[in-house]
Amino acid sequence: MDDAPILEAVGLAKAFTAGGRRTQALDGVSFAIRPGVVTGLIGPDGAGKTTLMRLAAGLLVPDAGSIRALGLDSTRESLAVQAALGYMPQRFGLYEDLSVQENLDLYADLQGVPHAARAERYGELMHMTGLAAFTRRLAGRLSGGMKQKLGLACTLVRAPRLLLLDEPTVGVDPISRRELWAILDRLVKNEGMSVLLSTAYLDEAERCQAVILLNAGRILEQGAPATISARMAGRTWAVSVAGERSRDLQVGLAGQPGVVDALAQGDHVRLVTQAVSDPAQLARLPGLQEARIQAVAPRFEDGFVDLLRTHIGAAGSLRDGDILVDGLPRDADAGEAPVIEVDGLRRRFGDFWAVDGVSFEVRRGEIFGLLGANGAGKSTTFRMLCGLLPASAGTLRVAGLDLRHAASTARGRIGYMSQKFSLYGNLSVGQNLDFFASAYGLAAHARAERRGWALTEFDLADYAGQLAADLSLGHKQRLAMACALMHQPEILFLDEPTSGVDPLARREFWRRINGLARAGVTILVTTHFMEEAEYCDRVAIMAAGRVLAIDEPAALKAAARSPGSPEPSMEDAFIRLAKSAETQEEAA
Amino acid sequence: MTGNATLIRLLALIHKEFLALLKDPRSRLVLIVPPVIQLLVFGYAATFDLKDIPYALYSEDRGAAARDLVAAFDGAPAFRRVATLHAEGEIAPLVDRRDVLMVVHIGPRFSADLQSRGSAPVQVIVDGRNSNTALIALNYVRAIVEQYDRDWIASHGLQAPPARLETRAWFNPNLESRWFFIPGILGMLTLVVTMLVTALTVAREREQGTFDQLLVTPLRPGEILLGKALPGFLIGMIQGTVILLIATLWFKVPLLGSLPALYAGLALFLLSGVGAGLLISSLAVTQQQGLLGAFLFMVPAVILSGFATPIANMPPLVQNITLIDPLRYFLVILRKVFLEGAGFDVLTSQLWPMAVIGGVALLLSGWLFRHRLY
Repeated sequence: MDDAPILEAVGLAKAFTAGGRRTQALDGVSFAIRPGVVTGLIGPDGAGKTTLMRLAAGLLVPDAGSIRALGLDSTRESLAVQAALGYMPQRFGLYEDLSVQENLDLYADLQGVPHAARAERYGELMHMTGLAAFTRRLAGRLSGGMKQKLGLACTLVRAPRLLLLDEPTVGVDPISRRELWAILDRLVKNEGMSVLLSTAYLDEAERCQAVILLNAGRILEQGAPATISARMAGRTWAVSVAGERSRDLQVGLAGQPGVVDALAQGDHVRLVTQAVSDPAQLARLPGLQEARIQAVAPRFEDGFVDLLRTHIGAAGSLRDGDILVDGLPRDADAGEAPVIEVDGLRRRFGDFWAVDGVSFEVRRGEIFGLLGANGAGKSTTFRMLCGLLPASAGTLRVAGLDLRHAASTARGRIGYMSQKFSLYGNLSVGQNLDFFASAYGLAAHARAERRGWALTEFDLADYAGQLAADLSLGHKQRLAMACALMHQPEILFLDEPTSGVDPLARREFWRRINGLARAGVTILVTTHFMEEAEYCDRVAIMAAGRVLAIDEPAALKAAARSPGSPEPSMEDAFIRLAKSAETQEEAA
Repeated sequence: MTGNATLIRLLALIHKEFLALLKDPRSRLVLIVPPVIQLLVFGYAATFDLKDIPYALYSEDRGAAARDLVAAFDGAPAFRRVATLHAEGEIAPLVDRRDVLMVVHIGPRFSADLQSRGSAPVQVIVDGRNSNTALIALNYVRAIVEQYDRDWIASHGLQAPPARLETRAWFNPNLESRWFFIPGILGMLTLVVTMLVTALTVAREREQGTFDQLLVTPLRPGEILLGKALPGFLIGMIQGTVILLIATLWFKVPLLGSLPALYAGLALFLLSGVGAGLLISSLAVTQQQGLLGAFLFMVPAVILSGFATPIANMPPLVQNITLIDPLRYFLVILRKVFLEGAGFDVLTSQLWPMAVIGGVALLLSGWLFRHRLY
């Protein structure tokens, strides 16, 4: 195979108009993708990843520019292009009422795979995806990871030369995620396939041979991931101060001049500086006089955040972490009495236990994380805690009460922010704030005061008159959080609060959460981002409706330490726990 | 603080519901334009009265008596002669092509027989494909021929037939079917709008995920129910009033009875409509299901209400089903108040069933709000 690009775009632009508003999904995008490698398309939701994929597959017509796949014009020769490449959209069209085998047959029929060639191909695919034992199971009864693998197998029935995968790993459990990557690596190596894969997980970028960083429809950077992280050499540090919680330390460091990024990571803070620095210089930063400072290897995420900051400027303005405390009872020493108690909680749907004996306690002022893949039972647990779903068995207490039966005033003590950023789309930002304030019984004066607070604190003043539906995802997240905080709750429930938003918005969000926790607000958060668990005080790792382990992130990681991996990540810890749970089950 | 806080919460919810309904130009349009168009269409189009019935005359008689009869038909506003035939063979194609609804055939010996024997046959051939129209047209013919007979008897000094039908239509002296239909339309259209407003409201919030958000606020299920019910109720009231004004001022349907009784009926009817709408809404997971549910309710509700066909004509089993149809009761109230001049005394038997239907539906949907969550 020669080195001519397998996918090439020149000045690609595409805009969508919805409800009278024009969104520029792609704005002058040019790139060339080498054959025989995995190229990562990295960017937050709304960056234009899916639009780009659909243009490449000839499913959309660009407003300007051109895109060529496999030497064919995707737009004009769309049928030929679609016949030659494999495209797996975000929600792959598996027929849930058909078995694994029937799904494969269907896609083989649709793609015109000759019958003679099928048996061999099926064998390869089933072996590769580990689905051989499940060919007769209904697709709807597979786990999330298995569904993704089946989707991939269906896309691959006819061995395409170019494979387009749109967020194949979102919400998939870490083990399946690793398996998916192993499959991709094998495809590239053995079959000489070229892969373009989009993802919002930045750690996946490091597994790609090349990356395209997309933000707001423009390319920020393209090249090998190593060159992007290499630029950060000498600028990344792990700092810790004895006796100080890393999230307190992080609050002090974020937004300091010269600091690009400060992230709580278990027992230390990961610090990224604007320029090459040395420990002596760092010690001059506030709070770091006595600190233990260690140089660490740069990661891809550091490079991405640095790029975002230089390109978007200070748009995600990081300010002092203490602002949120305004109006909240400042309370430094968090009480030891548990605010949330869950014991033996179970919930059944039909003959399936979505939550199967979950117990934990959350103390006042603590940030407690429920970590797990889609379908692990996080959201079901969460909904039971909020009183939205009755428990099948077990007890739960939130501030001493079961919210399902508690008086309505008890619900006034909690704040709730759901996965979908539940806002009234056809109401303006101000009207949403007013409504939620009134729904919590705030009278006119208090309402106006809180509204003013929310608009300044969350930088929403410029958008007060805009419809919530027209906001960007990052702004929706801010508004949803503001709505949940209008009544100054003591306990905050957050369900997947950061899914899909860009890394800067995610950092800003966690900075606010830290501020709230410092003021004594108890926070329960669910997430499927492994690295987000690092920002919590304690984490419960969930899989298949059960809690595998509850501990501080640093302790969880330490338990996973082995000669093979001296510095295990949260994901390593998760995988180790999930695997040992599996072996225990097999032994039993 | 609780009483005050409840009020704040409730008002906020109602305010939000109205904003959500009225802010979107499309949903605003849905509330105003279709009802007005439907009212005009039904007001003018839904009528049993026949006007300008096209007919053909095949007269083989040139006598004076035949000419008088023809003149009577030509003079009647209900009939319009579109063809004059000269041979029997011309009749069939005209009727087949629906050019005429009927053919009046006067035989060659009509005048002579009338003079000599005192009676003569007139043949009327009617297109019976629509039996209802045919019957009505025949009735008109009968009235014209009866009048003709009476004139003949008077002018020839003959003895009148032994018994004669003397009819008076009470309440609607001219038997205008518009007087019958328009009050019914008031019931039907307010039902359509309240159902559309309420049946989608909870489903919409479920779809957007905001319903969970509402449930975790201190708003009680009863308050959510009230906040969701009141906007539909108020919009129904306003719409009912507008249709009432159009019916009396534009279509000149007399309103003889007690206005408070009519409004009491409207209020209870809207209560049951809102209840049914919210019940559908709390069962539906998506807006599409809500819309489908609303139509599944509305179509039978209108057909079984006696809006067009009398309930008394329905099989006994179906008559029992109509007992849970709120429109059935409201239609009785509407017609009684409009045409009979009825007041509260006559209508109690119609009011309480609607209150029961509404109450049960609202309680059930309030319960479902909290228990049907997944």
